[in-house]
This record gives sequence, structure tokens and C-alpha cells, in this order.
Amino acid sequence: MTDVLLEIDNLSVDYETARGDLKALRNISFDVRKAEIVGIVGESGCGKSTLISSILRLIAPNTRFRSGEIRFDGSDLLKATEREMRALRGDEISIVFQDPMQTHNPVLSVGQQMIDIQHRSKAPKGEKREKAAQMLAAVGIPDPEARLDQFPHEFSGGMRQRIAIAMALMSEPNLLIADEPTTALDATLEVQIIERLQELQREMDCAILFISHHLGVIAELCDRVVVMYAGAVVESGDVRKIFHEPKHPYTRRLIECDPGHIKTRARILPTIPGEVPDLANIPDGCIFRDRCNQATERCMAHVPPLESVGEEHMAACWLNHEEVTA
Amino acid sequence: MEKSQSEIRIIIVGIAKNPLGFMGLVIVGAIVFSAIFAAWIVPYDPIEMNIRDRMQGPSWSHLLGTDQLGRDTFSRVITGGQVALKVALPAVFGAMAIGLTLGMVAGYGPKWLDNFLMLLFDTIRSFPTVMFALAVVALVGPSLQTVVLVVMATSIPTYGRVARTQTLTLRNSEFILAERSMGASMARILGVHMLPNIIGVLAVLAAMDIPTVIALEAGLSFLGLGVKPPTPSWGALLKDGYALVRQTPWLVIGGGLPIIVATLGFTFLGESLRDVVDPKLRKNQ
Repeated sequence: MTDVLLEIDNLSVDYETARGDLKALRNISFDVRKAEIVGIVGESGCGKSTLISSILRLIAPNTRFRSGEIRFDGSDLLKATEREMRALRGDEISIVFQDPMQTHNPVLSVGQQMIDIQHRSKAPKGEKREKAAQMLAAVGIPDPEARLDQFPHEFSGGMRQRIAIAMALMSEPNLLIADEPTTALDATLEVQIIERLQELQREMDCAILFISHHLGVIAELCDRVVVMYAGAVVESGDVRKIFHEPKHPYTRRLIECDPGHIKTRARILPTIPGEVPDLANIPDGCIFRDRCNQATERCMAHVPPLESVGEEHMAACWLNHEEVTA
Repeated sequence: MEKSQSEIRIIIVGIAKNPLGFMGLVIVGAIVFSAIFAAWIVPYDPIEMNIRDRMQGPSWSHLLGTDQLGRDTFSRVITGGQVALKVALPAVFGAMAIGLTLGMVAGYGPKWLDNFLMLLFDTIRSFPTVMFALAVVALVGPSLQTVVLVVMATSIPTYGRVARTQTLTLRNSEFILAERSMGASMARILGVHMLPNIIGVLAVLAAMDIPTVIALEAGLSFLGLGVKPPTPSWGALLKDGYALVRQTPWLVIGGGLPIIVATLGFTFLGESLRDVVDPKLRKNQ
């Protein structure tokens, strides 16, 4: 375990609501090493957004950190002051958001915004502008010098997402969080953006935390994967291991449901029956047991721990203990 | 910001392309021009009395006739324009600046501050303007400054509320979240990113508010609460003319027409400004 950049250790986050505490994240542990791409997969509401806002500490007022640490470069972000966090955001840690139509200030030209983002640098304006143009060129926007004077609404969605990536990478961060950066784009654009992101990542040597529910993209892009379900990590490890020999029924079902994996034509796409349990009122035992077709007595009573099931491979499922118990 | 020069040109060209906006520009331009150069335009001293020539109709020597003291109505109308702008511009821009600041603070700051400012705004707004003016004038006496202060105080809440609403909407927008996640400070978010999004709306509001303020000044002067005689004001002209409307209608026309024209001019300007300040509606620029 060398060169760990971001280490999330036993993190639990609740939202205080009128109905009681909503346990949005429970005992999350994983890490991101320097210059690697880690994917986070999971359906809507599994806690991906809570995780991102916790890392950046841009949290809703009713958020409560119950336990754990988020260590970035060795220091715990949950203990950092607001001032220290602000110094980190956009410099060491950057983010690209999901919807490129919403992430730019509509009344400032792209150039103004890209110059403003370099507010930490003391360089003269001309130099900042040049750097902005270089970044636009790097993400594949033709004629960047002229386009700096245009407003966000004059760009297409794909272009805007490229601009967002350019802005996020401007400070050459050590960690880029990509929050479903291609979900709002069409399939052709998705491939282009992913390829560009991959190129830039190699050039800049930054780590990427890539959040998506598109398994194809994750398999293509990431080195390692974390599978989340209802606020908990159910499986994590090397991308090939996860996709070829998944050790958790949820991962297995998720892969089965990916349209890219379905060989025969079907009228109805497969789904995982049931729904995510109420996070304000979590039942005993395994969080996935109600939707799992292999659930046993043991799953009803005890929460399976996240344990090593092979080299670079962890899973939280009692089924992996069968040899031991039988 | 360095964008100002070209930005202002784009806005003016944009307004002039719209026929109503063009009319607005011409009217407002004429009023501002005549106010600035009033001293050279007026044929007579607007406060000099000339009893022998009193209550005359229009003629080549007195374009709009004279009043009961023989003062030249045309000269008084032009100088009255000066007074109207002297009240309207500082009052509106002062109210806008203060309202904008307080509104943004209320919208972005802590909840208790928001509640406090809203309570303050609502308290001020609950006074009828004229009653409030009466009270203030009774305390400190009528003057130009009093009118400016009264108008400013009573219109701050309007700007403040609009600025607050805009700030609240923007505060939760994704691009502000994006700025925050890029490490922007509160000052940077408010000044660089929110202000340009709010200022356009407030500028339109201000342009539409100017005629209201001109009318208010005229109203207060008509009631004798505005500028002191013999300073000419459109409202004072109207008041003098009102008493003498059977003998000479020219005073009422001289006082009333400019109010109507100025109101129209600033309203046209404000409405076309609204269409122009939104960069999404701007074409081929």
C-alpha cells in the first residue's frame, strides 16, 4: 500500500431529518492511490453524492459526520478548518459535475471565468488568459483564443463539459472528482470525453475518482472499482476481478443488468427486483438481503463485514464464508 | 471589470435597435441634455419676476407663456427638469446600491441576519410614502435633500427584496456550487459571480423606478412638501397652474407634459434595457 492519496477510513455520515437520522453513509472504507483511476458504481441514492460532498466538505447544514476519517495526503479533512479546505478545493482537489448546462456562470464569458479561477496565481492577466487558451486547446476546443470571449450558452453540451474539465484541471490537481461527467451527454460524445480525460490523466499524472453508473465506462477507464449499495461499500477491488469474478450478489446482478452485457435480444431489460431499504430505518443484517435471491438465515441477523476475498479484492457477503461455515 | 467599455456600447446599440428603446433613448437624452445645459437654453431667469408680463399665453418671446408673477414658463420647465433629475438620480442609484448590498447580504448570510433585514424592509415598506414624507418634512422642513432621502429610504426595500430573491436563487445553483468547490471565497462568489447576475435585473428596475420618483417629487412639491419656492419644479408648476387653470392653462401643460414624457421615456428605456441585459437574448454579438 504505497502512495495512497485519498484514504477514506470507516466513514459514517448521517443526515438529521424530521423522521430521524438518515444513515446516508455507513462505515465506508476505500482508498485512491496517486495517479490511479478509481470508479464508484451504484444506483441512485446509494450515497455517491454524499461521499463527494463529504470529501470536499461542501455539505448540507443537516449533515453529521458520525465516525471515520477522510485522509488526503495524510491529513484528516474532517478536522481541517474552512480556510484550509478552501485552499485545497480547486487546487489539490477539483471536481467536474454531472450537468454541463448548469456549471458555468451564464453572464460571464468563458475566458473571464477561466481567468477568475486562477485567482491564486499572481501572474499577469495576459498570462492567465494564455493559460486558459492552452487548457481549452488541451481538451480539444478548436480556435480557443477566440472562443474565450464567448458566453457559455454559445457552446454545446459536449463543449461545455470539455470546458468544465479544462477548468478543473487548470491547477493540475492531485485528485479530480468526476461526478458522472458523461451522464448528460450522448453516447458518441461520452466516448470522446472519456478518451480525452484518459489522455489528460496520463499527461498530468493526477488521480481520478470517477463516479458513474455506466459499467462499460468504468470497465474501460478505471484501475479499481468500489461498488456501493445503500450507503455501504459491498465490494471493491481491481477492475478485472470485479467484472470477471464478482464476489457479491449485488455486483453480479448489476453486471447482468448492464445492457452492454446482454447477448440476446430482449423485449424487457433485466432489473434487480425490490427497492433500496429506508435509510432512516435500517433493518438488521445484510443491507441487500431483501433483494438477494441467495439470502440465508445468517444474512437476516448479521451484517457481513467487508473482507478480503483475494488479492486486491474485498467483498461484504456471507456467501464467501460458505467453506468456513459448512 | 475591464469589460465595461464594450459592454456599455453593446447595450446602447441593442436598445437603439428597438423602436421603443430608441424613443426612450431620445427622450431621456433630451431631458439629460436640457438639464445639463439648462443655463444656456433658458431664455429668461426662471425665478425672475416680471409683473407687467404676468399670465400671458404663448408667444415668440414666451414660448409657454408666463405665470402669475410673470416668470417665463418655458425657462421654469427646463430648470424643473434639472431639479427632477437631481432628485431622481441620486435617490434611485443610492437606493439601488444600498438595497443591492443589503439584499445580497440577506440572501447569502446567516438566517438571523436575513430575518432581521426582512423585518426592517417590511417595516419601512408598511409606511405609506407620502405619510412618511409628511412626517419627515414636518421634522426637518422641506428641501431637495429631504425629498432625496425620503425617496431613497422608501425604495431601498424594493431593491433589497429583488436582490435577496436573486441571491437566494443563485445561491443553490450548480455553478455557484462549482465555484465553491473550486475554492472561491464568499467575497469572490458574491462580487465576481453573483453581482453580474443580479445587476442587470436591478438596472432595469432602476430605469423603471426613475419616472416613479420624478412623479413622487412632483407630487410632494405639489403638496408643498418638496422643493421650496421659488425653485422651479414640475410639481410646483402644476400646483401654481392648478389654481390658475381658468385664466391660463399653459402652466398645467408646462408642468404636466414633461412628467408624462419623462415617465414614458424612462419606461421605454427600462423595458428595452431588460431585453438587452440578458446575454442569452443578445443576438450575434
